[in-house]
Amino acid sequence: MKAVVQPTETVTRMRPKARWRKRIQELLTATPFLVPSLFLFVLFFFYPLGKTIYLSFYLTNAKGVAKHYVGGSQYGELFTSADFLNSLWTTVVFVFLTVVPGILLALLLALLVEKPLRGMAFFRTLIVSPVTVSVATASTIGLLLFNPSISILTHGLSFFGVQDIAWLTDPFWAMIAVSLVTIWLGVGFHTILLLGGLQAIPTELLESATIDGAGYGKRLRHVVLPLLSPTLFFVLVVSVIGAFQSFGQINILTQGGPSRSTHVLVYSIYRDAFFNFQFGSASAQAIVLFVILLLLTILQFTVVERKVHYQ
Amino acid sequence: MSTPRRFPIRTSLHYLLLTVVSLIIAFPLLFAISTSFMTPSESLSSPPNLFPSHFNLNSYHDALAVAPLGKFLLNSLIVSLAIVAGQLFTSALSAYAFAFLRFPGRNLLFYLFLTTMMIPWEVTLIPNYFTIKELGWLSTYQGLAAPFLATAFGTFLLRQFYMQIPRDLYEAAMLDGCGHWRFFLTVVVPLSRPALGTLSVYAFIQAWNMYLWPLLITNKTSMRTVQVGISMLQNEEQLAWNLVMAGVVLVLLPTVIMLIVGQKQLVKGLLSGAVKG
Repeated sequence: MKAVVQPTETVTRMRPKARWRKRIQELLTATPFLVPSLFLFVLFFFYPLGKTIYLSFYLTNAKGVAKHYVGGSQYGELFTSADFLNSLWTTVVFVFLTVVPGILLALLLALLVEKPLRGMAFFRTLIVSPVTVSVATASTIGLLLFNPSISILTHGLSFFGVQDIAWLTDPFWAMIAVSLVTIWLGVGFHTILLLGGLQAIPTELLESATIDGAGYGKRLRHVVLPLLSPTLFFVLVVSVIGAFQSFGQINILTQGGPSRSTHVLVYSIYRDAFFNFQFGSASAQAIVLFVILLLLTILQFTVVERKVHYQ
Repeated sequence: MSTPRRFPIRTSLHYLLLTVVSLIIAFPLLFAISTSFMTPSESLSSPPNLFPSHFNLNSYHDALAVAPLGKFLLNSLIVSLAIVAGQLFTSALSAYAFAFLRFPGRNLLFYLFLTTMMIPWEVTLIPNYFTIKELGWLSTYQGLAAPFLATAFGTFLLRQFYMQIPRDLYEAAMLDGCGHWRFFLTVVVPLSRPALGTLSVYAFIQAWNMYLWPLLITNKTSMRTVQVGISMLQNEEQLAWNLVMAGVVLVLLPTVIMLIVGQKQLVKGLLSGAVKG
């Protein structure tokens, strides 16, 4: 197993000409293995990434052809445009409304199903069952639940004295509705991740804390949560990135409305590109999204790096 | 943590909380299933019904026969299987290069593959739309599948597996004059069947759940995939809720089966594909 070939050694001992020949030989061997993936990556990742950056500096015609170079002015316009700033703000509110309650709920659920009680497998399956839904199916069920004429949700809430809620037609409630669907869409997945984190906590630690007289609350605060923090952080970053990319639930439930109250960033890119034919401006928005997500990814790596270092 | 015998009251409270919470979490799904067994008038009645008056499967029959749902399911199946096949092919090959071959620029290429995982899909959306349009592939299966036929994730997953294949096996094969292609086809591929299976499942679920891309590039009803189709049944086709929910249940079947067969696999699969968009 350990007898790894050391090709570099043999290469350096060879004469330059033979060395080149060997390198070319190696490259020729590897090429057919790599070409299919590489071709598709260039065509569908690297070329379009470059093209999006390029388009963001141009005004385009309705067919997406770059016509006039306008430098960075489209970025400038974005950050002075009331609509774009509204989209950015809406996205931030949406991220906050979905991520914070979503993680708290998943944490509560993970703690609930973590206990090794009889019949727990059944409850676990029910609680993680939302992992099976896609954004389109979740939103379609959302359409049924938030439907103005026959909403079982509104009907159910009326028993608690809550008056009719205009779920999808009131700006405030529309945001709540898409957030609820988003939280529900992610809750199964987040619970499974946190449950995995909880199960990785050594039981000896919890036992010794119990022997030292720590109650449930103390164990949770001083043992469980600190040890769970890497998983919590991971779930946090994954769901923040996911929330920034939300599109389907908005398109299906509210189409960005009412009065742009749910007009989040990706929805804005989609509308500006494919309905308003502002491909340049939409590209600039896509680049803004890219930068935001890149910063979040870098943040994740640096924090995780530090965590690893501390251990 | 407390044992059931020592704290029976606490345990029963725990069960009570569990029951309430799990019913709330599963409610939308359970209600969708319940609605799918209703008659059209039951599903539209006000005040709304929680349960059907009797169990009937008409909605499923009608959803497949009356609504174009059968066609949507077929479209999604074809596209998802094409994506699975494509990813298996491209990933198995590139993983071999990274696991077994030495060549100049190997590290650079490795990082290049890695970067594709960091580029959010929305950023490449507009140019990809035009690429597919220029190819004349709008509203076609190849247009739906093409951008997803290669993934860095698949490459890394399979490479990880290939690395566990004993190095001796590789060296013996090379000494015997067995070329890379023969070694790849007769040893590596058969040995990595479990990993290929895993990748297939991940790729299938992601392709099946895809929404934005098919929405963008299908302009004919007959070419819609299930995810796009299902969300338009109520709006555009004006179908009753029982039919729409029967459709939802049918669309969920692949992932529900996955949840029952292997929860862990499903989670890894979801993790691999970043996010449901």
